[in-house]
This record gives sequence, C-alpha cells and structure tokens, in this order.
Amino acid sequence: MTVARYDLLRRALWLGRVLRSRLLQPALMLVTLVVFTLAIVTGLFGTPAGSRNFGIVFVWIVWWALLIVVLVPLFGRVWCMMCPIPAPGEWLQRRAIVRRNPGRPRTLRKRWPRRLKNMWLQNIGFLGVALFSGVILTRPSVSAVVLLAFPLIALGLSLLYENRVFCRYVCPVGGFIGLYAMMAPLELRTRDCSTCRLHRTKDCVAGNAQGYGCPWMVYPGNLDRNTYCGMCMECFKTCPKDNITLNLRPFGADLFVSKSHRLDEAYKAFIMLGCALLYSAVFLGPWGWLKSWASLESLPNWLLYAAGLLAIVLALIPGLFRLCAALSDRLAGHRAGSRFVTYAYTLVPLGLAAWIAFSLGFVFVNGSYALSVISDPFGWGWNLFGTAHMPWTPFAPQLLSFLQVGVLTGGLLFAASMTVRFAGDGMVDARRALVAGLPVIAFQLVMTLAFLWLYLG
Amino acid sequence: MRGWRWKREARLAGWLGVLALFILLLPVPAHGTLRTLHLDLDARQFEFTPPRFEVAQGDEVVIRLSASDVVHGFYLDDYGIERRVVPGVVEEIRFTADRAGKFRFRCSVSCGPMHPFMIGELVVTPNLPFFKAAGFVVLALGLLLAHRWRHLSAALSPQAEPVQGDR
Ligand code: SF4
Ligand code: SF4
Ligand SMILES: [Cu+2]
Repeated sequence: MTVARYDLLRRALWLGRVLRSRLLQPALMLVTLVVFTLAIVTGLFGTPAGSRNFGIVFVWIVWWALLIVVLVPLFGRVWCMMCPIPAPGEWLQRRAIVRRNPGRPRTLRKRWPRRLKNMWLQNIGFLGVALFSGVILTRPSVSAVVLLAFPLIALGLSLLYENRVFCRYVCPVGGFIGLYAMMAPLELRTRDCSTCRLHRTKDCVAGNAQGYGCPWMVYPGNLDRNTYCGMCMECFKTCPKDNITLNLRPFGADLFVSKSHRLDEAYKAFIMLGCALLYSAVFLGPWGWLKSWASLESLPNWLLYAAGLLAIVLALIPGLFRLCAALSDRLAGHRAGSRFVTYAYTLVPLGLAAWIAFSLGFVFVNGSYALSVISDPFGWGWNLFGTAHMPWTPFAPQLLSFLQVGVLTGGLLFAASMTVRFAGDGMVDARRALVAGLPVIAFQLVMTLAFLWLYLG
Repeated sequence: MRGWRWKREARLAGWLGVLALFILLLPVPAHGTLRTLHLDLDARQFEFTPPRFEVAQGDEVVIRLSASDVVHGFYLDDYGIERRVVPGVVEEIRFTADRAGKFRFRCSVSCGPMHPFMIGELVVTPNLPFFKAAGFVVLALGLLLAHRWRHLSAALSPQAEPVQGDR
C-alpha cells in the first residue's frame, strides 16, 4: 500500500541547508542541556515544594506536554535530535562536538547482546519510572536524581558500546517516542531506494568526511518506519547522492508496515495505554487513598499499588485484548497464526490520544506554574522577570473537555479503521472482515469510554 | 484513486462534524428545583472528604469547608469559586449549581508534595456533558463502521468490478 507523500525539501532548499549543517544538532543540544542542567540543580538544591521548583515544573509539565501533545504526534522523533541525555556520552565517544572527527569513536567496542536488541529493556525502564511516578513527579530531589541517572547511564554505555545504544535499547522515554512517532505525519526517508541499492560505499552507514555513520544503527535505505531513526540528520550530511529527505505523509502510515510488527512493540502499546488509564485515575481522580499509595507513604500500600499496576498493565489489558483478538481471528477464519500482535498496533493511536487527553487535563490546569517558576527557579524568593508572584490560574477548563472528547474520538476512529483494514488483510469478503474486527473494536470502545468516564463522568 | 478516496473520507468527516454539532446543540430542558443542599467538606493532605458528591442542577449548594491538618484551598473549575481554609476555621461557600456536568475542585494553596493532585469531584446531575460525549463517541464509531460497510465491500470482493480507478 503506497500512500501520498510530499517531499518537503523539493522546494524548501534552505531547510536542506539547515539540516546538512553540522551546527544544527549541537546547537539544539546545547540549549536543552542548559535547561536540563538547571532542572537538575534546582531539583537538588531548590525548594522541596514541587510546584515552586523549576525542575519539576519544567520537566514534568512543560517538557512533557510539549513532547506528547506537540512534538511526537506532529514531528515524530524530533525530540531525540535535541535530547541532552546522550550528549555527554556521544561527544566523549566522538571526541568532538561540532566537527566530524575522522578517528573511530573511542569505546571499548563491546557487542550489545542480541537478546537485548529490542524494546524490552525500554518497557521495563518505563514501568520502573511509572511505579515511582507518584514520588518522581512530586519531589524535586528525587526527580533530579532520576534525571541525573539518565545521562550517567548513557555515558557509561557509550564507553562500552559504539553509537547510541542507550537511545536505541535502553532509554525509557525513547521507547514510547519510537512507538508513537509512527503516528507522525513527518518522516525521514530516502527518495529512491534503488539509488541506495546501487550505491556501493553506503556512506550513511559507514560515515564519511561529512558526517558519522548512522548513530542509531539504522540503514536509511531500508527505512520504512519512524520508530528507530533518531532524526539526528547525519545521513543528510553523509549521503553523497542527495537521496535523503523529509516527507509529509498521512498520520500513522508506519503502523501498516505489518512485516515489522513485533511483540516487544505490542507490549509497549499495552503498557502505554494501561499507564495512561492508571495515571488518569491516580493523578486526575478524586481518590486520596490511591494517591497516598502511589506516593510511597507506606511501603506495604505501595507494594500493593505496584502489584496492581503491573497486573493491570502486563496481564489484564493484554489478556483481555488477546481474548478479543482471538475472537476476531475466529470470526475471520484466519488459520495462519493469531493476529494478536498486529491488532495491538491499533492501540497506538488510541494510546497516544489517551496520553494527549491526560496531559492536556494536567497542563491546562497547572501550566501557569511555569510563569512563576521561571522567575524563581529555586523557590528562594527571587523575582528575575517579575512573574514570581503570578497566581496559579487554571487555563480554560471549559475548553478542556471538548479537546479531550475530540482527541479520544479521533484516536478511537483511527484505531477502528485500522482494525477493519488488518482484519481484511488477505480476506476476500470485506463485510465479513468488518464483522471480524468487531471484538477488537469493542475493546477499543470500552477503553475510550473508560477514559471518558474518568474525565467527564 | 486518491482523489476519490479522499472525497469519501472527507464526506465521512463532514457527517461526523454534523453529528458533533447536533449532539452539542441538542436542547435539553433545564429544570429548576429550589433545593438548598448543605454539605460538610473536609480538606486534608491530599484529599477532600467526601471525594465526590452529586447535586442536581439548579440546587443551591452550601459547603461548610474545613481543613484538618494544614492550610488548604478550594478552587471549583468553571464556577470560578476560590477559597482559602485555615485549620479550625470553617468557611461557608454558597453557590447555585446552574451548570450540569462534572467539575473538579482542587486545592489551591500549596500544601505538600501531592498538592497539585489534591482533587475532588462535584457532579451536577444530570451529567449531560458526559452522556453527550459518550453518545457522540458511540455514534461516531457507528458512522465510521457503516461508512466502511458501504464502501469496502466493493473494493475488496473479487466478484465486484474494481471500483473505477481504485487500484
Ligand atoms: S549514502 Fe545515500 S545513496 Fe548511499 S546508501 Fe546511504 S542513503 Fe543511499
Ligand atoms: S537514519 Fe539518518 S537521521 Fe535517522 S538516526 Fe540514522 S543517521 Fe540519523
Ligand atoms: Cu491542599
């Protein structure tokens, strides 16, 4: 299935020049690195009141909302181009920041275990952060320690392994960015794959004087999904045939690349959907006991909470979904294996919509903290820009529920029409395919109504 | 092919828009009972008790707000009501619940780590916004499936002639 694509660089030649500049990535990284460092320093030394601390407000409100509401749904992995976390490791490995250092990267050149070449570590990492989110999101010092741990782990891995092993296989954020980046209407691709096939030296993989070989261990010539390309733009610089470009394309086009469907990614979809549901209940719900369990006030209660979260996310949701998928398989008369994994990709639009709805519910209400915190990042009584005493003002609560309903409906309709398409794959009778999709669609509807109830009911 | 398919999808989007507008504007008789409801609401780290309460649209609501540990606040979404409450001093908040739906009330005085998540719910019944939203979601899904039912059969079944240009 080919879809309409629009090559953004055909006309916008200036964009090509920007993307080929060696300055682009380090410049962006430098900006985020400054903010990131400030977030860690304020977290460690600033006020323990989260809503008055730059570290908490800028990371968990401003950055989070920007990432999940704007960057990932519209631009895919573009955050990974400017992410400060791998910067120290990458720069050390290259012994250069801007210029292309001709030497080989300095690492111990260990081999990353085959068994870990997937998303499972990222799944585990995300769950680890999720289990402690009641503490991480509310206590600046804990948040800072977690933030500090990320680049340190990345640095450690970059000493052992070449390239962005941390980003590709470990980073808990990278996992879901990769998953949801498939929804974005923007993609980095080659213009013509036959050019790649005939090109002997494969500079985009090997690197050349203009740039490094793909640090994400991707071969751009084969790229058909956004999931693992970190948009570092090295291949723009290395490709001597001017064969790399950015395309506009329909939302979610990557989800239909069914040969790439895998269980680890499917579980990422379950985990993200389940966590969106639980976060909505814990953080936006009225249940005080749930909040106190999640914030580790007593260990036994937290253990119960952790067990419950893991059971729901890893067993209940995938189990119910498996049941629905099996029913769909039965109705369709598919004999050649279950389509459970393939159907799980329909939860990508649904889950992303749920995260957007959740994040809006949080950001509209608490976004105004950003204004006061920017004048007084440590909560020490400074007033740098005169906004330190801005009162907490929730933004447009009337608008919020409309946006949430709209986004959730969009996610559901996208998921349902994907389901019909997946069910119909290889089937002759389209009406039967539609009927076969119904159990999976019912699951999607129930999930959507659950979110709706949490937000409006 | 593409132009034709896009037109089809655009028509579906159009119908969805009509549906949304219809449900949004659906007139619902407002009923004005003249009840006065008294309610004790307690704030403490990091919850309100009761966490959720229901009143009927049109009710006059009188909340006696107290705080049992530190200073808290009460901010009611959409109603624009905000009050600060000090332990030991009961605050009386009086308003008419003229808008239906679920409205969160939030602590508005920084009171500790979980403060931003200290939330309670006031449901003004009948909760039409929720029922309308749920109805919209179900009908929109129905519309999508009906649309697919009509169009996909022709495109997939080999007996039918391939729809003009749809390859
Ligand atoms: S360098 Fe360019 S042309 Fe050569 S293989 Fe890579 S993308 Fe293709
Ligand atoms: S494919 Fe290109 S832009 Fe993507 S990570 Fe590799 S080198 Fe960077
Ligand atoms: Cu409070």
